[in-house]
Amino acid sequence: MSAQTIELPAMDSKALAPINWKFPIIYGILAVISLVGFGLSVGGDVWSGISVNTGFSRIQFAVPSQVTALVCTVIEIGLGIWAWQLTAARKKTPVGLPLGFGFCFVVAFLVRAVAGSEQSLQVTGLLQGTLFLSVPLIFGAMAGCVCEHVGVINVAIEGQLLAGAFLAAVVGSLTLNPWLGLLAAPVAGALVGALLALFAVRYWVDHIIVGVVLNVLVTGFTSYLFSTVLSEHKDVFAVPTVLPTLPIPGLSLIPVLGPVLFNQNVLVYIMYAAVVVLQIMLYRSRWGLRMRACGEHPKAADTVGIKVNATRVRNTILGGAIAGLGGAFFTVANGLAFGKEMSAGRGYIALAAMILGGWSPRGAVAAALLFGFADNLQNALSVVGVGIPSQFMLMAPYLITIFAVAGFVGKVRPPAQEGQPYKG
Amino acid sequence: MSEQNTPAAAAPEPPAWRQVFAKIVNGSTLTSILSVVLALIIGAILIAAADSDVQEKASWFFYQPGDLFGAIWDTVAGAYSALFQGAVFNIDRSYTVQDFFAPLWDSIATSTPLIFAGLGLGMGFRAGLFNIGAQGQIILGGTLCGFLGYALHLPPGIHMALCVLGAFVGGAFWGFIPGILRAQTGANEVIVTIMLNSTAIYLLGWLLTQPSFKQTGSINPISPPVDETARFPAFFGTPINLGFLLALAAAFGVWWLMERSTLGFSIRAVGANPEAARTAGMSVPAATVWVMTLAGGLAGLAATSQLMSRVSDQLTTDVASTFGFDAITVALLGRSKPAGIVAAGLLFGGLRAGGYTMQAFTSTPIDVILVLQSVIVLFIAAPPLVRAIFRLPDPERRRKVKEVAA
Repeated sequence: MSAQTIELPAMDSKALAPINWKFPIIYGILAVISLVGFGLSVGGDVWSGISVNTGFSRIQFAVPSQVTALVCTVIEIGLGIWAWQLTAARKKTPVGLPLGFGFCFVVAFLVRAVAGSEQSLQVTGLLQGTLFLSVPLIFGAMAGCVCEHVGVINVAIEGQLLAGAFLAAVVGSLTLNPWLGLLAAPVAGALVGALLALFAVRYWVDHIIVGVVLNVLVTGFTSYLFSTVLSEHKDVFAVPTVLPTLPIPGLSLIPVLGPVLFNQNVLVYIMYAAVVVLQIMLYRSRWGLRMRACGEHPKAADTVGIKVNATRVRNTILGGAIAGLGGAFFTVANGLAFGKEMSAGRGYIALAAMILGGWSPRGAVAAALLFGFADNLQNALSVVGVGIPSQFMLMAPYLITIFAVAGFVGKVRPPAQEGQPYKG
Repeated sequence: MSEQNTPAAAAPEPPAWRQVFAKIVNGSTLTSILSVVLALIIGAILIAAADSDVQEKASWFFYQPGDLFGAIWDTVAGAYSALFQGAVFNIDRSYTVQDFFAPLWDSIATSTPLIFAGLGLGMGFRAGLFNIGAQGQIILGGTLCGFLGYALHLPPGIHMALCVLGAFVGGAFWGFIPGILRAQTGANEVIVTIMLNSTAIYLLGWLLTQPSFKQTGSINPISPPVDETARFPAFFGTPINLGFLLALAAAFGVWWLMERSTLGFSIRAVGANPEAARTAGMSVPAATVWVMTLAGGLAGLAATSQLMSRVSDQLTTDVASTFGFDAITVALLGRSKPAGIVAAGLLFGGLRAGGYTMQAFTSTPIDVILVLQSVIVLFIAAPPLVRAIFRLPDPERRRKVKEVAA
């Protein structure tokens, strides 16, 4: 691998890059959708019921649909104009702006969706479901982050989730102890990670090919054992065990957020810790620096004495273990026995979340929560009975990802040498 | 991969994985055969380990070890013999010549969609594009093909041709999207095609609830059957139909396109080294869009064998089955070359068809076929591993020694 030539930008201060109008234009389009689709499409005398569980009691109230949607739209337009001015002045838009815009857009959408319905919108349930469905996505995306920063593309997240789910369920069932199942899950994921490392790092096979094939292998292997051993000895291997819900004293009593964030099982608490630890360690520790060096410029890393391939193998296995732990979500965290292909493509969505989040743990969590929200939304709204076909709700996260990948992620740079073997 | 995300990044040397990829593509036949052998051995271990008879005999292994080996032999031989008889010749249960060859015809019929989709994916691989969207492309192809098949009522030949064209156009459209996004914005085609796969399922799922797609009187999301006039004529009462010949013709067409045409040359050049191709005056974005569109169209044609035959003629969300994903392994096993893909498609079609027989007549479920397929591809992708297992010499090292001697 020869050194990369980097073209320095011209030092002439007059030569500025053309202004990127992408974001203001997107805000404009969304604001128009919000105005026409949510605000003006509903009558003035229609009300939207909203229900919030504060942890102590359930509060029910109703808001006028059209007024609320229009107020949200006005805020969106205001934020859009602000973004336009900032862009015109070549200033950076604050992080809160897209978040605030997205929040208003979602509120307008939800208020419109439940307008005039007998059922009210269960805010607490919606948030709980969002977090719940995001758990495997977040674990998978963290695994992706670890692997990609060290220079290995991990498409095998799907297989790692499935392997984790399988071993967690089987060990949990054999020992009748969900905690041992939870411990076994990362072992299975790490095994798949080790296979990925063997073929990708040791034998230089294209990482995506190994990943896809490993997914098929794990699917075939677990389905095979499911149809043979697991089905024949259901009382031994397929006894569902469930991790208990552990409310955190004090914190779980916080109104609205408490029941959502702090009344979960231990897997969710591990997830919080994993995200925080990774976000800090990846950018602020020796481990993270060495690891990113292997992904960005392995030759330089090798020159200063970092063993590139050993680092890659170690961290790929670690990534596999993280995804495997996430696989426990499908079985012991939900109290279910193993089922064929129960990860159902979540590993691929986790990969997309990681890319959408710009290869950082923080961004990946945001993207994973977005997918979890969209995934949960159709459950929540089908109860209310909305006119939008469920298929379109289900399609939404995928379409958002396509737009995101085509629209703004193009600029976010992946680790420079990911997917390329280092031949030292 | 990384250079695909940042098309403008300078890449002075062809990325290492491409060299490795080229090595996989040019690897020897021996490693392919040994990979299949290794996969069969691993499959045998799985089949034996999960068998209750073997498990029972293993418990008194130290009293009568012969029992265990006998049971293992019975189980594995039984499963593989059923697999073979379900895929090639029906030796045990045939009374006529037709019976004897029936499994072979089944295998060939099953391989048809795999060949179509594999050809499309193989084209993408040779252009350095990792298109895993065959699943969605088959669904879109099937949607259009099925709709034309039951909604229109035309004379036999024209109707059939129109449906084939519809399948191609539907798939091509679904392949065009990641192609144009990749060319214009640098969007990673892996992510876009994964997302389009799921989008296609939900799109078809919704369409099948609409009155223009749903069969009247049916509760299930299923379309009316495709007209007789739109079906492929079958050959001599076998399940093989014109679709297989079309697949062979497509394989020839892809070979001609890639090896003999200007477009194919630029596609291969872009795949080998996009920087060099651009320097030579070829348009990388144009080649990308062409490859993805044609690949999508070929994958879309896979839907024809699901809709235009006597066996299956109704559109459901399961129209693509798992052909789109299986085709990835077919294209990899066939080393992205048309002839190789036809051979790999026949092998995997046989495994699939034989797998059902094996599942029906022995205690071994069809899932073991997935393990066989993936292990074959893994080993083929890593020739050094296969050589290490069989203690074969490294051909490159021998060459080097010769050079030194000379």
